[in-house]
Amino acid sequence: MSAAPLALPTGPALRPQVAGDDIVKRGLMIVIMLYLLVTLAAPLYVLLSKSVSVYRFDLATFEIQRSDATGQNFSAPKTVAQLNAETGAIAPDQLEAGSDGRLSLTSLFKDFNFRSPVKYRLRGMDASASFLIGSELHRGPDWVELDSNMFRRVALRPATTTGLDNFITYFSTPSLTRAIWNSAIIGIITTGLVIVIAFGLAYAFNRSRMRGKGFFRLVTAIPILVPSLLPGIALVYLFGNQGLLKDVLMGHSIYGPIGIVIGSVFFTLPHALMIISTALATADARHYEAATSLGATKWRTFWTVTVPGARYGIISAAFVVFTLVVTDFGLPKVIGGQYNMLAVDIYKQVIGQQNFEMGAVVSVLLLVPAVAAFLVDRAVQSRQVSLLSARSVPYAPKPKTAFDWACFAYCTLVAIFILAMIGVCQLAASVKFWPYDLTPTLRNFRFDLMDGGGWAAYYNSITMALLTAIFGTGIVFVGAYMVEKSDGFHIGRALFHFLAMLPMAVPGMVLGLGYIFFFNNPANPLHAIYGTMAILVVCTISHFYTVSHLTALTALKQMDREFEAVAASLKQPFHRLFFRVTIPVCLPAVLDIAIYMFVNAMTTVSALVFLYSTQTQLASVAVLNMDDAGDIAPAAAMGMMIFYTNVAARLVHMVIARRLLARTQAWRYA
Amino acid sequence: MKSRLATIAAAAVATALAAATAYAETQLTVYTAVEAVDLDRYKATFEKANPDIKINWVRDSTGVMTAKLLAEKDNPQADVVWGIAATSLLLLKGEAMLEPYAPAGVEKLDKRFVDTSTPPSWTGMDAYVAAICFNTVEAQKLGIPAPKSWKDLTKPEYKGHVVMPNPNSSGTGFLDVSAWLQMFGEKDAWAFMDGLHQNIAAYTHSGSKPCKMAAAGETVIGVSFEFPGAKAKTAGAPIEIIFPSEGSGWEAEATAIIAGTANLDAAKKLVDFSVSKEANEMYNVGYAVIAYPGIAKPVENLPANVADHMIKNDFEWAATNRKAILTEWAKRYDAKSEPKT
Amino acid sequence: MRHEILAGAPATPTDVSLAGAGAAMPSYLEIEALWKVFGKFAALKGVSLTVKEGEFVCFLGPSGCGKTTLLRAIAGLDLQTQGTIRQGGRDISTLPPSKRDYGIVFQSYALFPNLTIERNIAFGLENAKRPKAEIQARVAELLDLVGLSAQAKKYPAQLSGGQQQRIALARAMAIAPGLLLLDEPLSALDAKVRVHLRHEIKELQRKLGVTTVMVTHDQEEALAMADRIVVMNHGVIEQVGTPTEVYRHPTTLFVADFIGETNKIPARVLANGRLASAGTELACAPHDIPVGSAVTAVIRPVDIIPHGTGARSPGAPDTVGTLENLVETAVVKMEFLGSFWRCRLTSPRFGDHVLVADLSINAVRRLRVAEGADMLIELPRDRVLVFAKEG
Repeated sequence: MSAAPLALPTGPALRPQVAGDDIVKRGLMIVIMLYLLVTLAAPLYVLLSKSVSVYRFDLATFEIQRSDATGQNFSAPKTVAQLNAETGAIAPDQLEAGSDGRLSLTSLFKDFNFRSPVKYRLRGMDASASFLIGSELHRGPDWVELDSNMFRRVALRPATTTGLDNFITYFSTPSLTRAIWNSAIIGIITTGLVIVIAFGLAYAFNRSRMRGKGFFRLVTAIPILVPSLLPGIALVYLFGNQGLLKDVLMGHSIYGPIGIVIGSVFFTLPHALMIISTALATADARHYEAATSLGATKWRTFWTVTVPGARYGIISAAFVVFTLVVTDFGLPKVIGGQYNMLAVDIYKQVIGQQNFEMGAVVSVLLLVPAVAAFLVDRAVQSRQVSLLSARSVPYAPKPKTAFDWACFAYCTLVAIFILAMIGVCQLAASVKFWPYDLTPTLRNFRFDLMDGGGWAAYYNSITMALLTAIFGTGIVFVGAYMVEKSDGFHIGRALFHFLAMLPMAVPGMVLGLGYIFFFNNPANPLHAIYGTMAILVVCTISHFYTVSHLTALTALKQMDREFEAVAASLKQPFHRLFFRVTIPVCLPAVLDIAIYMFVNAMTTVSALVFLYSTQTQLASVAVLNMDDAGDIAPAAAMGMMIFYTNVAARLVHMVIARRLLARTQAWRYA
Repeated sequence: MKSRLATIAAAAVATALAAATAYAETQLTVYTAVEAVDLDRYKATFEKANPDIKINWVRDSTGVMTAKLLAEKDNPQADVVWGIAATSLLLLKGEAMLEPYAPAGVEKLDKRFVDTSTPPSWTGMDAYVAAICFNTVEAQKLGIPAPKSWKDLTKPEYKGHVVMPNPNSSGTGFLDVSAWLQMFGEKDAWAFMDGLHQNIAAYTHSGSKPCKMAAAGETVIGVSFEFPGAKAKTAGAPIEIIFPSEGSGWEAEATAIIAGTANLDAAKKLVDFSVSKEANEMYNVGYAVIAYPGIAKPVENLPANVADHMIKNDFEWAATNRKAILTEWAKRYDAKSEPKT
Repeated sequence: MRHEILAGAPATPTDVSLAGAGAAMPSYLEIEALWKVFGKFAALKGVSLTVKEGEFVCFLGPSGCGKTTLLRAIAGLDLQTQGTIRQGGRDISTLPPSKRDYGIVFQSYALFPNLTIERNIAFGLENAKRPKAEIQARVAELLDLVGLSAQAKKYPAQLSGGQQQRIALARAMAIAPGLLLLDEPLSALDAKVRVHLRHEIKELQRKLGVTTVMVTHDQEEALAMADRIVVMNHGVIEQVGTPTEVYRHPTTLFVADFIGETNKIPARVLANGRLASAGTELACAPHDIPVGSAVTAVIRPVDIIPHGTGARSPGAPDTVGTLENLVETAVVKMEFLGSFWRCRLTSPRFGDHVLVADLSINAVRRLRVAEGADMLIELPRDRVLVFAKEG
C-alpha cells in the first residue's frame, strides 16, 4: 500500500517558524543564561587565571652603569641579568616575588659601600620595568643617577607573567599546606559526628511515636537561621577561659579543632537531618513486614533494612556536610585560634596580606573537594530516584514505650545543645561586661558605637535579603521554567542547566574572590556595580542558585507536560499560562525559594566579606568584624538580631503562605 | 488628580534645584580606618571649618582598606585617605598612588610623623603605641605577676596566657614584630619571638582583640596597643595598661592625597586641616600621642608620657622588609598548630 | 472553517460512517511525504495522508509506530524533519502551534488544577476581548454539551477521570477549532468508562462535524469510533480504510495480524493460484503473487465455519459455505470467553499447526462441539487471504 520512499529525501531539515512567544521565551532564557555566565562563569574564570598569574623580577629589563671612584666615567651599560650572571649574587628562587616584592641590587657589587663616592645609573629597558628609590616609584627608559647611599635604597619591582609558580610556592610552604590536612581532618571528623547524630534524630522523628516531634523539628532547624559565626561566639562563652562549662574540656582549649568541630556540628546538623530524614521517611513498610515475617531480630532489621534503605541519603548528607565544613569561613575565623583552615587562609591571604594571587591559589584548592563532593552527590542522587516506587507503602511506627522515651531523651539532649548555644549568646548580649559585670543592659545593641557598620549594617542586610529574595526568586523561577517548559534549543538548555548546577560546587569565598577580580576591573563595563548593593544581591543570588533552581525544577516537573501545548492550541500566550496557572500552582515552591534566599542572604558571610563596601556593610559581616575587633558581646547581639529577623521572616512566610495558599491552592484541599 | 500631578512636578523641580545647589559643594571621598565612633566628630569639625566641602567616609579596618586601595590601583575611587597606617601608605607610595603635597603648617609637626620625601607623600595625625593589656583579676587568681618588659613575656609563668595579633593579618602585629627587630636586632629578636611563641595561647587576626580578650578575662595578657586598653578600662574591665621597659613599636595614622584625584584643591584643604592644631586637638580625644608637639593632653587611663615609650621607628625599612619578615614569621610560627596549654 | 454548535446539527450526511465520512467532502488535512528523524532513527518515513472535512480518522498502531509523532507534527508540537502539512488549504508545515487551528485533548487531560471547571473551559476564550456574558454563555453551552453543567464550580481533582476528559474536550472545542486532535484520550480510563466515553465522543464529533484525528493503540476503539483508520507500523502507513475495510480486507500481513485475531498458515502458491499448505490444497481469495512463492495464508477465527462432527452441519443454510476447503480437525481445547467459544483445532493436514476458531455458543451447542471430538470445518475461500512472506 504505502509507496513511501525508503530514504529521507536530501535537502535541509525544516526550520520552524518562530512564534512571538518563542522569541520571548528564548530571549528570557538567553538573558538569564548571560546573567549566570557573567555572575558565575566569568568570575571563576578570572579567578583561575589569577592563580597562575605570577610576579617575577625580570632582571633583563633593567640596565645599570657604574662610575669609577671619582664619580665620573661611567662604565658601559649592562643589564642586571648580565651582572647577575657574572656574580651569581641573586639566587634564582629570589626572583619569584609576590605582588609587593622588592629586590635590592647592592649585592651585585661585592665592593659596595654606601659611603663610597661611586655613582650608579639605573633605568628600565621598557615602559613597564619599574623600581623604587626609597619608596618613590620610577618607571621607564630614562637614566636615573644615584650616589651610593641612594643606590642602597633602590629596590626592583616584579613584572607579571603566567606560570604555576604560585602553586609551587604554596606547596613548598608547610604553614600553608598544613591547612589542607587540617580542613580534611576537621571535615571528616565533623561529618562522622553529624551523620551519627542526625541519623539518630531522623530515626526518632520517623520511626518512633515520641511526644514533641513538632517542637524538636523546630529546634533542630534553628542553626539554619543564624550565621555560622554565632556558634563560634557561643562556644567562647560556654567553653572559653571564662566559659560557663570551661571545666568540661579538662584543660583543652576551645580555640582550635575542638571548637571548630563542635561549631560545625551545630551549623551542619539541620542540613544532614533534612536529607537523612527524607531518606528514612520514604522507607517502604513492606520491607519491614518481610523482615518481621522472616523472623529477623530488630537489630538485624536495622542493619539489613533501615540503614541500606537510607544509604543514599546518608552518603548524600555526608558529602553535603563535608563540603559545608571545609568551605565555611566564619566559624574557624572566630573559634579556630591558630588552627588554619583553607577557607580562612583565603581571607588571610587577601585581606591580611593583600596577596590576591595566593588567595586565588587557595581558592582553586578549595574548589577541588567541593567539586568532587558535588559530583559524587549528583551521582548518588540520580541513583536514589530509582529506589522509590509508586507501590511503596509508607511505614507507620507503632508505639513502643521504652523506645519512644529513649528517643525523646535523645532529642531533648540535642535540643538542649542547640538552645544552649543560642541562649548563651542572648545572655552574653544582654549583660554589661561579661564576666565581671552582669548587670542587664542594652548597651551591646548600640552597634553604632562599634566597628562593623552599626545599625545601618543591619538595615542593609534586610534590604539586601529582601532584594535577593525578590529578584532571586524571579530569576530562578523564570530560568527554571524556560529550561523545563520550552522546546528545542537543546544545547542552550544543557548549558543553562550546567550553569545552574555550578554554584553548588563553588564555595562562597571562591565566588567572592572571583567577584573582586572580575568586577573590580575598570575595563569591565560592569565595574559600576562594584561596591554597591547590587553586587551583593547578584553574588548572593548566584551563590544560592542551585538549591533554588532544583526546588523550582521539582515543582515544575510536577506540572503536566502538556499545559504549554494546550495553551498554545487555545492561542493563549505563554505568559498568561505562566501567571494564571504555573505560578499559582507552584506558589508553595516559589515561597520556599524566597524564604530560602532571604534566610541565607541574612546569614551568609563567606562571599560577601570581600564585596561589601562602607555604604553596604552587612549584619553578618558586622558579626565577623565586631568579633574580630574583640567586641564579642555586640557581635553576639548582632548575631541574635539576625536570628530574630530570620525567625520573624519565617513567621511572615508562614502567614503569607497560609493566606495565599488558601486562595491559590483551594483545589488541593477541595 | 491634576493638582496632585502638579505637586509632584513641583517637588521634582525643587529636588533638582536642591541637587544643583548641593553640587556646588565639593564632595570628597575619604578612605579611613579611624574608629567608627570618631568619624562623625572628625567630619563635623572639618566641615565646620570648610563649609564648601563635604566628606563621604569609606571606612573599614586597616587591612581591608589597604587591600581595597591596592585593588583600585588602576582606577582609584578615593580622593583622600585620612587615618590609615603610615606603613600602608608607604605601600601605596611604592605604587605611585600618592600625590606628594606639603600641607600648610607641616613644618610644625614632629618629624617622625612626616614622610621623608620632599614634598612629603603623607603626613601623620597621631600614633598608636604597642602596649600590654594585663588582666589583674585573672592574674591574681592564677598568681601571675605583672610583666614589666617584652622579655618578661618569655618567662615560663606566662605559658598559655599571652595573646598577640598575627602580623600576617594585623598591622598591630606587624608593628610589634618590626619594632622588636629594630630594637633587639634580627638575631635576638627572632630568639625572643621563639621564646614568646612558647607562651602564646593564640594569635588573633585583629590588633585590638588581644586587649579586649584580656579585658574579658579570656586571656591574662594581651599584646596590643594602648587605645583599646584605655577604652576597656573605662568600661569597667579589670586591666592595667603596661608599656614595656624596652620601648614600644608604634604606628602613625596618616593622611595623604590619592594621585589623580579630580578634587585636588579640596583634597589639599583637607590635608591642610588634618595637620592643623585644631585637628590635632581633635585627635587627642582618643589618642595620647599626636603629631603636633606640645599640645597633647593626657587621655583617661593612660599615662601622660606615652610618647616617651615610642622607639625610633623606620617606616621605610619596615615597608621594604615587610615581605621577608612576614614570610620568616609564618615559616617559624604559622606552621605549628596552636601551642598546647 | 468554524463549526457553529448553536445552529444544532450542521449539514452532516446522516450516514457518514459506512462509506467513509462524506466521500464527497473536500479534503481538509493533507499530509505529504512527512519525515521525522531523530538522529539515525526515522520515526516517520515519508508519510502521506489526506483527511476529509468532517471525517473522524484514527491513527492505529503499536507503540513506537509513529502515530503520536505524526499527531504532534500536525499539532506543531514536534516539527517534522521534512514534508508538508496543509490544513484547510493553508500550508501549516512550519507554523508554531499557536498559529495553527486545532484543539487538542491529551491522555492526561492536562486540565489546569487550580482553575475551576468553568475557568478551564473559558481559558481559551478570555483573551479575545469577548464580553464576559458571551464567554459565560459559551461556557454554559459547552458544559451542557458534555453534560456536566452541575460541576461548573468544582476543581478538576473533584471530578472522575471520565468527567475530566469530557471537560478537556469541552475546553478544546471552546474556540471552535477546525481540527480536533485526540492523543490517546481514553487510555487512562477504566474499561467501562472507556466504552461509554467512546460513544459520547463519537456522537459529539458527529454533532459538531469537526474534522478529528485520534491516536490510539486500541483497535477496538479505532474500529468503533473511526470513519477511517490509518494503520501505522515502523513509521509508515500500512493501510488506510474504513473499519470494515481494514478488518475484512487488510492489505498487508501486518494489518491482518494487528487488527483482530488471525490464523497464519504457511503455504506456497500453486499454478492455479491455489495454495499448498502441508498436506492440503486450499482455495483462496484472489491475489497476484507469483507461482511458487512462499506465502502466509490468513483466516480469522470467526470466519471459520463449523460443519459438525465429520459431516456438513445438517441444519445449516446453504448460504453458509461453499463446501470448498473442508478440513477434518480434532478439537484440542475449548475456552469459554463469554460471548463465544474459542476452540483450538489440529489437523494432520496442517501438520502440527494449531488453528483457532471462534464459534458461537449456539453453534457449539447445535453441533455438540466438545474437547476431544472431531469436527469438520470450512475455510471459506474469500476469507482466506494471501500475503507474501515477509523477508
